Amino acid sequence: MKFNDVFSGMVLMALSLLILLTVKDYPDIPGQNIGPGAFPGLLAALLALCSALLILKGIRTQRHHRWLVWGNWVKSWAHLRNFLITIACIGFYIAASEFLGFLICSTAILSTMFTTLGVRWKWILPLSLIVTLVVHTIFYKLLRVPLPWGILMPIQW
Amino acid sequence: MTTAVLLQAFWLVFDPYVLLVILCSAMFGLFVGCIPGLSATMATALLVPITFFMPPVPAIAAIVTATAMAIFSGDIPGALLRIPGTPASAAYTDEAYQMTLKGQAEIALGAGLVFSAIGGLFGTLVMILFSPALAEIALKFSSFEYFWLVVLGLAGAVFIGNASVLKACITLLLGLLIACIGLENPAGMPRFTFGMKELMSGVELIPMMVGMFAVSELLRYITNMDPPHLIAAEKIGNIFSGMWGLLKKYPWPLVRGSALGTVIGIQPGSGADMASWLSYAMSKKFSKEPEKFGTGHVEGIVESGAANNSSLAGAWIPAIVFGIPGDSITAIAIGVLYLKNMNPGPMIFINNPENIYAIFLVFILANIIMVPLGWLTVKIATKILRVQRNILMPIILIFCIVGSFSINNSVWGVTLILFFGLAAFILEENGFPVAPAILGVVLGTMMEENFITSMIKSDGDPWVFFTRPIAMWLAIGTIVILLWPVLTWAYERATRAPVR
Repeated sequence: MKFNDVFSGMVLMALSLLILLTVKDYPDIPGQNIGPGAFPGLLAALLALCSALLILKGIRTQRHHRWLVWGNWVKSWAHLRNFLITIACIGFYIAASEFLGFLICSTAILSTMFTTLGVRWKWILPLSLIVTLVVHTIFYKLLRVPLPWGILMPIQW
Repeated sequence: MTTAVLLQAFWLVFDPYVLLVILCSAMFGLFVGCIPGLSATMATALLVPITFFMPPVPAIAAIVTATAMAIFSGDIPGALLRIPGTPASAAYTDEAYQMTLKGQAEIALGAGLVFSAIGGLFGTLVMILFSPALAEIALKFSSFEYFWLVVLGLAGAVFIGNASVLKACITLLLGLLIACIGLENPAGMPRFTFGMKELMSGVELIPMMVGMFAVSELLRYITNMDPPHLIAAEKIGNIFSGMWGLLKKYPWPLVRGSALGTVIGIQPGSGADMASWLSYAMSKKFSKEPEKFGTGHVEGIVESGAANNSSLAGAWIPAIVFGIPGDSITAIAIGVLYLKNMNPGPMIFINNPENIYAIFLVFILANIIMVPLGWLTVKIATKILRVQRNILMPIILIFCIVGSFSINNSVWGVTLILFFGLAAFILEENGFPVAPAILGVVLGTMMEENFITSMIKSDGDPWVFFTRPIAMWLAIGTIVILLWPVLTWAYERATRAPVR
């Protein structure tokens, strides 16, 4: 997933201008002529300068390139699928862990990932359960991290 | 006084709990380093959520031990598969693999192990000798000097060893801007929080690091299309035979590699990777038999194997004395020190000298136990290399999720690893190095504080940054580094012009 430097430069330029616009209205520290906007303002100005240089460099060397060149892995369905499933697994944990609890979420994520990466099917469920229980014991029992129980609350141990 | 402190440090380290932590993290580091695609930085990032629950000394001991081991064990897949286990072994991977093909895997791995340990001890010795003296000097520094020191460190991170200085500058600035998020600034005003209460205290360092160094590496493995490599040697004999001979034959390369590695480690922003590349190049330049390099010749492995481990200790010198990390691993470690209320800086030598001596002792211990444990790892290396990655990677993913959750006990940490994992993955695909960003985040608050304090002290007059004696020299050093690429470019243009 390679962006043309001109494009990356323009996105970064927009970001730095947004920051400059935001810090413009920050008030000074009372009694001083400097405020919380000074440092991020300085950084954003430097970022704008670097972005401009990146755009110029892009125009010089990548003028005939496309805005975005997809990597080979995007063209291979299996790799793209694995990538999307990994992202989806983390997203699933963020969305569902409170409700479903750690044990269910972790088992589901591990089984999905094992299936996706081609682990032999008879190993998938036992492995997912064992790893989940080991991680749960280390973090919940030994390190006392309050991993959510979710709907398994009635059987918590 | 010193004896009492030393004794105290001794008790802190030789506590059964700390020793157990050292042993476990050593095995963890050896395992992670041995698996290609999992780097020493990733080992540290995965360890940090667990060290979060430990007292300061075992927490730091875990990081120090795991990284030293991972840097050595990165040599193993280099020699057997021709893939470096960690980037720090990449410089001499071809050399080691050629030796394996010639049936000399024992010598390649033995040299890697023995000289890594000696290099590590050398770096530790320099650290023990020089950091207290440097701390004395650092006590005289005011906000002006600290400001320049931070800028000097960041300039080093950007200008040394990056393929694109411009892109490194950009990620550094992004890192510094991320450090601006939240309430923690001299004015105490919430900045860039988008009204989210989670952002009030800023972006938490640990989930960010887990995202940038573990999740992004996971994504890179998932999208990697290279075919699997074959193991080049099945049986590995005694790796220690012939080491004494090598030690007598190559004393100078060993000292040179260790010294260069330590110096590169001290220089903020450049770590073990650079140390091993530069010392391999130097070894070839000064060798009596440069023509043998690349054909399976052990000399380069002796020198750069020592260099990458000595740089680890070197990187801790600016980290402890000034609070300025020498590479991304010490950046993570500094984050841990802050969490443990053991803020690095010269005052730590006065307030908690026993903790500093304990860190020194851990370094010595780690480099000594590296020899037997490394020998064991080499023995079972062919089995470790057969561990199925499709089983390992999902387990790492679950560790990343739980580790980032445990920092605040909320899924906000998991959201951060997703965001920063994706961001680091896309940045690296586009040639933006991510290490400067992490240095930026760690140093951002310190840089702003010193900048604002200095500006208030000088009543808004920026010239004071250049007129104080020590600050002036630091400023000159920084400006030379900043202008170096322009100067070399101008010089090359000037010398090339007449030819045309």
